[in-house]
Parts: sequence; C-alpha cells; structure tokens
Amino acid sequence: MPILKQGDCLIASVQDALSDEELRALQNDLAEQVGRHRARGVIIDVTVLDVMDSFATRTLQTIVHTTRLRGAEAVIVGIQPEVAFALVQFGLTLEGIPTALDLDGGLALLRLGASRSRSDGHE
Amino acid sequence: MDTSEPLAVASDTDVVTARQRARDLARVLGFSTTDQTTIATAASEIARNIVTYAGHGQLWVRALDEGGRQGLVVVARDEGPGIPDVERALADGYSTSGSLGVGLSGSKRLMDDLDIESGAGAGTTVTMRKWLR
Repeated sequence: MPILKQGDCLIASVQDALSDEELRALQNDLAEQVGRHRARGVIIDVTVLDVMDSFATRTLQTIVHTTRLRGAEAVIVGIQPEVAFALVQFGLTLEGIPTALDLDGGLALLRLGASRSRSDGHE
Repeated sequence: MDTSEPLAVASDTDVVTARQRARDLARVLGFSTTDQTTIATAASEIARNIVTYAGHGQLWVRALDEGGRQGLVVVARDEGPGIPDVERALADGYSTSGSLGVGLSGSKRLMDDLDIESGAGAGTTVTMRKWLR
C-alpha cells in the first residue's frame, strides 16, 4: 500500500479489503517510516472499506498505539456512514482512536494537536 | 448466484469472500445499503471465528421466505473445539471475553436473531437471520 508524505505527515490510503498480512505490513511500514521521515502525524484513510469488523478495528487500534510509541499521532479518516452505523450497533467504539471525516479533517486535527503540544512546552 | 453451495472458509481471504457473498445476496434481496453492511459485518465476524478457532469450516448464505416474511440467513459451521459455555460467550461483551465475545455478541446485535449450537469438543454451528422490513 502506498504511503505518501505530506509535510511532516504520512498518509496511507487503504486500497481494498486488507488481508491480515497486508494489515501487519502496514503496521510495520508505518512504524518504520515514522522514524525515517520523523513524521509527527499519520493519516489512515479507510474510505474504501465497506466493512470494518472487530479484526479491522483491533488492527487500527494497534497501528494508532504503535505509531504513538514512535512519537507520532495517528488519525483514521473516511469511515463510511453505513460502516459507522454498523460499528456502533456492533458495540465497537474505537476508543482511543482519533477520527476525522476526511483527509483535510485529519490534517487539521493533527495540526491542532501539534500546536497544542508546542504551546504546552512539550516535545 | 448459487447460494445452496457452502463456501469453504479456511483463510482470511475466505473471510472477505464470505462477507462479499453475504452483501451481494442482501443487495439482491432488497436490503438497504445500511443493512447490507450490517449483514456483511456479522458474516465477517462469524467467518473469522471459524478461521481463528477451528482453522476451517463452511459458510452458507441463503434467502429466507417464512410465513410471508422475506430475509436472509447466514450459517457458519465448523468441527473445531466448540464453545463450552454458549450463554456466557453470547452474554460477555467486549471487555471480558476477548475477540470471541465481541464477535458473537456484536453479531447478535447486528442481526435479528442468532443461534449457536456448540459444546466442548463438539464443533460449532452459528445461524443468524435478518428480515426485510
């Protein structure tokens, strides 16, 4: 899956229904590229996913947490309306995972977080 | 689409096929796009349970026509280790029993009904239905 660099953010757009292996590869790629590019933010675009089951949400949570350990914040964008509804009905809250509507929303959220932590005097 | 033949489920790509088959039949039967997604999500969960807990199994997706009501049924069957305490597996939520609990109780919420036939060492059959409104 292509991972694009925009400023100090990385953008990964899910192309298709991901296999377990591809999700693991994405996890590893993002963790490695965050280091290589000193990225502060990661956006994972799941617009294409027409189903998000518990495996997909667990893996996204893992990606968010591992990128956080690498010093970057991750945002999931593009969850489709029907998918959002199914997740809520299912009982998967995506706790601890920042989300935004789309790429623009994701970038804005990341910039907001970055400027907030700068004014707090944190790294 | 021949829905009488079961789908062999033994890998994560089969899980994707299972949910596509469920979504396709739901669409053909006239379910809303929202219901197509909820049905596909539930199918994905129980198909994944087959792979995770039994290694391999079978999944059927069929149209239902009972007492004037139309709908869809998904049946997942495996010869795996089985679920010793089915009631508990269904009742347990996200925080306690891990992924099996999430998948089953979540799927029950997504569908109109969900039955499990299982026991320790006895394999598992999950049957779930959704009706057209």
